[in-house]
Amino acid sequence: MRLADALSGSNLSCHPAELCGRSILLATSDQLAAALALIKLDGIADRVIICPADTAPEYFPSLIRNGRVDTILSDYDLPHYRGLTGLSRISCGATVLPTSDLQVDRRQTEWVLLTSGTTGAPKMIAHNLASLTAPIGIPAPNCTKAVWGTFYDIRRYGGLQVFLRAVIGGGSLVLSGVSESTSEYLMRLSEHSVTHLSGTPSHWRRALMSPEARRITPSYVRLSGESVDQGILNTLHSFYPKAAMAHAFASTEAGVAFEVTDGLAGFSPVTLNNHTGVEMRICNDSLRIRSNRTASRYLDEKDGALRDAEGFVDTGDIVELRGDRYYFLGRRNGVINVGGLKVYPEEVEAVVNRHPAVRMSVVRPRRNPVTGSLVSVDILLQEPSQPQHQTSAIKLEILEICQQHLARHKIPVIIRYVNSVELAAAGKLLRHYA
Amino acid sequence: MSIKGTVISQVEEVRRNSGKPLRPLTNDLVLLESGLDSLGLAVLVTRLEDILGYDPFTDSDITVPPVTLGDFIHLYEVAGKSHYVDNGHTE
Repeated sequence: MRLADALSGSNLSCHPAELCGRSILLATSDQLAAALALIKLDGIADRVIICPADTAPEYFPSLIRNGRVDTILSDYDLPHYRGLTGLSRISCGATVLPTSDLQVDRRQTEWVLLTSGTTGAPKMIAHNLASLTAPIGIPAPNCTKAVWGTFYDIRRYGGLQVFLRAVIGGGSLVLSGVSESTSEYLMRLSEHSVTHLSGTPSHWRRALMSPEARRITPSYVRLSGESVDQGILNTLHSFYPKAAMAHAFASTEAGVAFEVTDGLAGFSPVTLNNHTGVEMRICNDSLRIRSNRTASRYLDEKDGALRDAEGFVDTGDIVELRGDRYYFLGRRNGVINVGGLKVYPEEVEAVVNRHPAVRMSVVRPRRNPVTGSLVSVDILLQEPSQPQHQTSAIKLEILEICQQHLARHKIPVIIRYVNSVELAAAGKLLRHYA
Repeated sequence: MSIKGTVISQVEEVRRNSGKPLRPLTNDLVLLESGLDSLGLAVLVTRLEDILGYDPFTDSDITVPPVTLGDFIHLYEVAGKSHYVDNGHTE
């Protein structure tokens, strides 16, 4: 599909002007349908809440309530949940039809992105087109020839960056299809001669295990969303020796803070003072960022303030200076990053603690070479000295509860019984960095 | 059980819940088509580390990731030799 067609036509079942001033929940299964809708809605809708493909429908009612949604835009029949009735429903697809030009008052549309929250319900993070495109800068003259691809869902921050880079730069973008495998996507990327490809280190580790990974020859390889180790950088270099490589530090809340292009893990202290428009400081070992790329606020006030009094976003990412470089150690609040997806220990502990035999549980990260981390849990039982067949049965029951209530990446892989649980001075569980 | 036997039984165990039609485990089976997604693979590596006592991905600098099940088993067999030597054991 040509960008010009996407701009002049519409993939919506109503005239775009009818959505003027609306607060919209955009929940599609197909990425292209979402991409085309976003192109139409910016400047017209008041707010668009962008749901990634894996958003559990049980959270729609709270998103609708907190986002004051009046319209649902989707390419499938949403299940009937309480709270979804009485809303205007518009469908959108992956094809564009010509549409008549109607004058509407242009407005600044709030783009709301979702990330994991402590209770499992997604946090809603408000951006706008200006904050999302601020890291992109002025497109290089030759970038219309760029063919972008991403292993991300374009409805997450990392993928949205690629989508916007392709659209603004006038290049092409190859999107992965619904339930398309990594190998099938790589084959299509090869057919379209992908030049710029992005993903998390976990996405890349998986992609490089596909026989199709050798069919592509990108000139630019980008990593973000997780801390990057030297191993994946070396492996990528051996696969694509001619490609320029960049790993970016970015989060949905803080936006893109900086990019590292020297092929080494970590970042140089010079980076902290090197970027026009992005101020960085390290407070209590954690990286804080102030720029026009950060989100403006959490939509739900209960989630607290996104920026501090001086306008800095605390990323919660702990850094340590080793030799002449900073390295990421993990997250201050114990958040575990499983292949680019956040897991709040509190959410998992609350589910584990539902089992009546559990007195207390502590969720910890377990390092993993494929996804960076996995979830493990230490459990203190009400009665620790039980026969093994009983504790084994409890383990299976806990696992079953987790499977019923948690997304797959949040289910503990290791369940360990302990005799005591370490508490910090204030009586809170002591959390360690990944 | 041999390293190969351990790897195969754990692959079977992890992929059992994938809900996809499963291909027979042969040496030339492409790992990504074995019914294991990223998370499944991550779980597999962790379980093998707990059983075998080593993780070849972290312990060595691999620049050629395994593509087939045969490659994957070979990686564990090679790492197993140096692991046992380092720890004063003989196989």
